[in-house]
Amino acid sequence: MAGIPHDHYEPKTDGQKWLHTRLPVVGLLYDTLMIPTPKNLNWMWIWGIVLTFCLALQIVTGIVLAMHYTPHVDQAFASVEHIMRNVNGGYMLRYLHMNGASLFFVAVYAHIFRGLYYGSYKAPREITWIIGMLIYLLMMATGFMGYVLPWGQMSFWGATVITGLFGAIPFIGESLQTLLLGGPAVDNATLNRFFSLHYLLPFVIAGLVIVHIWAFHTTGNNNPTGVEVRRGSKEEAQKDTLPFWPYFVVKDLFALAVILAVFFAIVGFMPNYLGHPDNYIEANPLSTPAHIVPEWYFLPFYAILRAFTAEVWVVQIASFVTGGIIDAKFFGVLAMFGAIAVMALVPWLDTSSVRSGRYRPMFKWWFALLVVDFFALMWLGAMPAEEPYASLSLIASAYWFGYFLVILPLLGVIEKPMAQPDTIEADFAKNKAAKTGGSKTLVNPAE
Amino acid sequence: MIKKTIISAVVAMGLTSSAAYAAGGEAHVENFDFSFEGPFGAFDINQLQRGLKVYTQVCSACHGLEYVPIRTLSDDGGPQLPEDQVRAFASNYEVFDAGLDDFRPATPVDHFPGSALETAPDLSLMAKKRAGFHGPYGLGINQFFKGMGGPEYIASLLTGYEEAPECAPEDFPGNYNKAFPNGGIPEECKDEHGHATIEGSWIAMAQPLYGDDVEFDDGHEATLESEAMDVSAFLMWTAEPKLMARKQAGFAGVVFLTLLSVLLYLTNKRLWAPVKRKED
Repeated sequence: MAGIPHDHYEPKTDGQKWLHTRLPVVGLLYDTLMIPTPKNLNWMWIWGIVLTFCLALQIVTGIVLAMHYTPHVDQAFASVEHIMRNVNGGYMLRYLHMNGASLFFVAVYAHIFRGLYYGSYKAPREITWIIGMLIYLLMMATGFMGYVLPWGQMSFWGATVITGLFGAIPFIGESLQTLLLGGPAVDNATLNRFFSLHYLLPFVIAGLVIVHIWAFHTTGNNNPTGVEVRRGSKEEAQKDTLPFWPYFVVKDLFALAVILAVFFAIVGFMPNYLGHPDNYIEANPLSTPAHIVPEWYFLPFYAILRAFTAEVWVVQIASFVTGGIIDAKFFGVLAMFGAIAVMALVPWLDTSSVRSGRYRPMFKWWFALLVVDFFALMWLGAMPAEEPYASLSLIASAYWFGYFLVILPLLGVIEKPMAQPDTIEADFAKNKAAKTGGSKTLVNPAE
Repeated sequence: MIKKTIISAVVAMGLTSSAAYAAGGEAHVENFDFSFEGPFGAFDINQLQRGLKVYTQVCSACHGLEYVPIRTLSDDGGPQLPEDQVRAFASNYEVFDAGLDDFRPATPVDHFPGSALETAPDLSLMAKKRAGFHGPYGLGINQFFKGMGGPEYIASLLTGYEEAPECAPEDFPGNYNKAFPNGGIPEECKDEHGHATIEGSWIAMAQPLYGDDVEFDDGHEATLESEAMDVSAFLMWTAEPKLMARKQAGFAGVVFLTLLSVLLYLTNKRLWAPVKRKED
């Protein structure tokens, strides 16, 4: 199915031929596993396998957890404690699942920023990118609903705040919020539908992952140079690529093992580090926590949500122009979803003809600033909504939008890109020469 | 390395823009040294048993442990009381039996009772639902190195009762505690911005431990600090009864995965060697 010419599966025995003419499943597996892959992929191309592993880990641990969990407001919290205390290995299952969500998001952010730096979203890979963004959105929905299930204080109040965002949408907001909650407030109906959806969405994600892989197996992988694999003939393609098995499978598994060693250290030695202590207090609708803080992986977008208060002039203009339909709260919601939307639209916002950031001298710096901006937003999202954090959030949010809406379109016009290698083969040979020449600068530091 | 740069950049930003965060709720949490800290830390069984005694004789008058099954007192990695002692211990409690429609003495399969005093929080998860260490500037660095600080918070609270600072009026309700972050603070002890000028705040609970509140069978000293540490360790166990098993599993996982990484590294190197050598 790939556009890169390569050997396809040929059934040899009668049995193989029998199956192949009826269901070419072996051929499908063979072609998927032996897909020609650019041989110059660096270590930022390992996150896909980490993400696949995370999805499998979350589904497997989640299914077992669901066997012991009770989705009822009076019993949910106690049933989690039951898992932690009485279920064989339950404490490990839960901590794996809980921290597995964090690993999932670490990997997805690394994966997304890799794509942003190397221009993996550019033609012809727009569909891969869009599907990826859909997966990311579903991950956020799943992560959010999963966090509600233990029915701790942060579960309850997080759910109240986030569903309240939908209530800010003009005209339909209130009914939408009621529909989400299954009633006027976060209650048993909310917990039940969140449990149901939390179980369903990972399988939707799994389906989209298959489409994601299908899409980039059709276009071929991007690579650090952004230069396409030569497709004139099989021999030519073979100079630029290696089959996924065994070269990249083993490389990816090595990276996965290293990452999992760190992951196990966190699960084993500090499993609650990334959580919020308040979530070990059972949900209490009558007592609001001092600070309602979402999970770390939502913080950048939470900061953007909070940045646009009624004092900000953009908000005031929007409110004036729309006759008050867009108030500060709704503006914040629009900004939060907009921050993701601009990222999804990046294939059409980036006007540069050069794919990889490696050959874009100005882009590199703006991109590095975007990474700093992302971490700054993450930090600001955890800070109380007061000065100086409010102003800093606004600046950081402005840069996020500025990067996608102004800088990327402009850079394509004003930037003078550096020379790109002619082929992947040439780039691979150059890297190798640098290595044997004793130079330590093997890869660009931004990689 | 770009990650390091980012972290230092974030830290630097934090340093230049911090002053306002000391808004109040600052409390003094001491970094007590517990035997169960660190990747190889383990509960001290004797300490857990002493802590159980402090809990039973002092705390349980008001506070409960509703999530803790009494039978787990004999579990590995816990106080490891002999089973006959656990049975005897359980029978000291009365539980309501819906089948009998009456109270009966508890058995090991029952849980500890909940709080006797309605305003007293349950202690089962206290060591996980409170965090003693924060920051700096929300960066989580202190928690990374010192741990979340739940047991440290409990021990600090129990040893944190002091005479009220001079700024407070005589009749201010509650008891001053320098480790309690969320209680009331009299207006007189705040500056013009409404920020507290003192550490800690006023807590409803009167000082529960003074030293020599319990007598330990092994003759172990019962100073205020050692009692506070014993009961904090016990409450860490009630909050995280599988702590030791978890650390062992984590350790096994790290060792196994490190070995696997080495093997895969060598495999990968060998596999790629001909590809990387070909054109030299």
